[in-house]
Amino acid sequence: MSTQKISGAEAVVKCLLAEGSDLIYGYPGGAIMPVYDKLYKYQDKIHHVLTRHEQGAIHAAQGFARVTGKVGVAIATSGPGATNLVTGIADAQIDSTPLVCITGQVGSNLLGSDAFQETDIISISTPVTKWNYQITKVSDIPEVFAKAFYIAKSGRPGPVLIDITKDVQFDTLDFKYEKCTEIRSYKPVPDTDEKSLQIAADLINNAKKPFIVFGQGVTLGKAEEEFKTLVEKANIPSACTLLGLSAFPTKHELNVGMVGMHGHYAPNKLTNECDVLIAIGMRFDDRVTGNLETYAKQAKVIHFDIDPSEIDKNVKTDVAVLGNVKSTLTKILPLLKEQKHTSWLQEFKDLYQIEYNEVIDAQLNASHEGITMAEVIESINKETSGEAVIVSDVGQHQMIASRYTNFVHPKSKITSGGLGTMGFALPASIGAKMGAPEREVVAIIGDGSMQMNIQELGTILQTKAAVKIVVLNNEFLGMVRQWQELFFDKRYASTVMTNPDFVKIAEGYSINANKVTNREELKSAVAEMIASDESYFLEVCVENEGNVFPMIPTGATVSDVRLK
Amino acid sequence: MKEELYTISVYSENNLGLLNRISTIFLKRHINIESLTVSNTEIENVSRFIIVVNMTEENVKKIIGQIEKQIEVIKAYYHTNDESIYIQSALFKIKSSLLFDERQIQNSIKNSNAQIVTVSPDFFVIEKSGRKEEIEALYNELLPFGIMQFVRSGRISVSKEEMKISELLNKQLN
Repeated sequence: MSTQKISGAEAVVKCLLAEGSDLIYGYPGGAIMPVYDKLYKYQDKIHHVLTRHEQGAIHAAQGFARVTGKVGVAIATSGPGATNLVTGIADAQIDSTPLVCITGQVGSNLLGSDAFQETDIISISTPVTKWNYQITKVSDIPEVFAKAFYIAKSGRPGPVLIDITKDVQFDTLDFKYEKCTEIRSYKPVPDTDEKSLQIAADLINNAKKPFIVFGQGVTLGKAEEEFKTLVEKANIPSACTLLGLSAFPTKHELNVGMVGMHGHYAPNKLTNECDVLIAIGMRFDDRVTGNLETYAKQAKVIHFDIDPSEIDKNVKTDVAVLGNVKSTLTKILPLLKEQKHTSWLQEFKDLYQIEYNEVIDAQLNASHEGITMAEVIESINKETSGEAVIVSDVGQHQMIASRYTNFVHPKSKITSGGLGTMGFALPASIGAKMGAPEREVVAIIGDGSMQMNIQELGTILQTKAAVKIVVLNNEFLGMVRQWQELFFDKRYASTVMTNPDFVKIAEGYSINANKVTNREELKSAVAEMIASDESYFLEVCVENEGNVFPMIPTGATVSDVRLK
Repeated sequence: MKEELYTISVYSENNLGLLNRISTIFLKRHINIESLTVSNTEIENVSRFIIVVNMTEENVKKIIGQIEKQIEVIKAYYHTNDESIYIQSALFKIKSSLLFDERQIQNSIKNSNAQIVTVSPDFFVIEKSGRKEEIEALYNELLPFGIMQFVRSGRISVSKEEMKISELLNKQLN
């Protein structure tokens, strides 16, 4: 292969192009200026989106990565630029999102001298990255970038950070790029023990009350079809985690809802009734399991996962099936018998009916004053026919959006799950819309969350990303307020919000905006928003003290899930 | 489950930053490291961390999982004291005059299989390798005479079990 002498900065851009990254998010600054100068040169080949804050850049890259399955790229300068990425990096780490973050660094001769905008981002990011590396030698650039992309997207995906000193960006090298396909100390996908497949299949075949809980592993493994085939053949009621949402259509007969703290009544309750619990691409988060001492103790547990360190981490497993779920589900399928679990499935339906009567009906068909969040989600379902990508922030609106959205296609739900990062949705929805321009992207955001990255309206103004933004305004930090109501005798400490005129703010950014305060206006307002070809901002004033139920209080058992 | 001393052996690439990455795994879980030694190994460019911790076997297994998850870690093992051969080293710096005034010191050196590394007009240095308890015994014997300086290394150990790192490296590349 022929080589050519170019600067380190140009090499960075060429590495991105070699990996197919032609849409990146970032914010310039002193220590990354040489790279930005080359981004200017290559602007016809690589689209750099200027966000209004580095946190906006990384959440946008996450939204892009989640909707496309590709590696998201965020770029920032040293010091505060780098530290502003940290929340997004931690978010991507806990939610297994493939990212390559590039930060500028002070010149290598200044490292450790407390130079202007110097932070030790390698040490800071170590606990929240899958891998990180500081480049102080220009010739290392191609190899380090190749490794970074390989590590970010292989196995269990995650964020990687590359810190590049400024002198290296100016130095020159003979550029030659080869993609990385292996690292001798790294085994992204563990071997599957064939015996474990047979043992798991026997357990499933003999189960009277098998129950599947699936997570984002199904989406990350691109195994949605294999999953559906398996579930249908073995006729097993299946519930998802928060990040598993949309991997399996909401309305499928065997989809029994979502587990966890604000999940559905039936799957939570029946977790402690099943005889075989089959966990697929999920990690038994505490928000899913509640009290571990009383979680599914009666059941044999089968755990399908790509990450060996997840096995037995929280829940003791009887059979671990390691590997990519696309391959392990394919391999186990012929070993499974066709089954009918009619009466077991009926138990889920009966409990759903209880939940419907006591919670869902009142939420969807409210007659009291104050629009419920669920009514808004239901209007969006109707107007989008479940075709939209729903990006939600963190809080009550997130749980309601998760519980009430009708998902038809995979990769339709993007939210900050493990980290619970408020301020995630607005920038993430920009990345999602750019990653899937053909799809409707609706951001559902609380009034608190909206104000955590509200500056990204500027990115929408500049890029014309046609994101639909719905702010569910209850004038409270609603989830914390709900807990204060239930567990702190209604002492509303610092949860009351005095909010700005959101519509004026949106209009200030030249975004069409509307505000709904009455139930009667809701349907037409949502319809007008969805019909718009441009970005659109809709504020819906919802009931102030609505609560999200069902609920498993912290430390309680899943089967103690409360309906009120 | 009861806590016990475990020796964790981590084979890794010799890379800047990995020590930090491994120590944060312990820090994050509030686990105190009893001792830590890093050195090169019988294989070129492969480092070995020897970390001694006091914890339950269930937790040490989880820690091994988290360590092996790091990109540049080749393999991690854990062993009980019975499963490994281990020693630590210590140096004692003592006033030279005592060597002649206090005959008991010479006996202690002899009985504990310690060695005199150097003698100068002002001080002499004793080196003692062995188990922690043996080093502590010598320490307690010498303490009444006055120790000018004392330092003890982390544990080094080899396992009775074969670890087959070279084989593993070849296998992962093929």
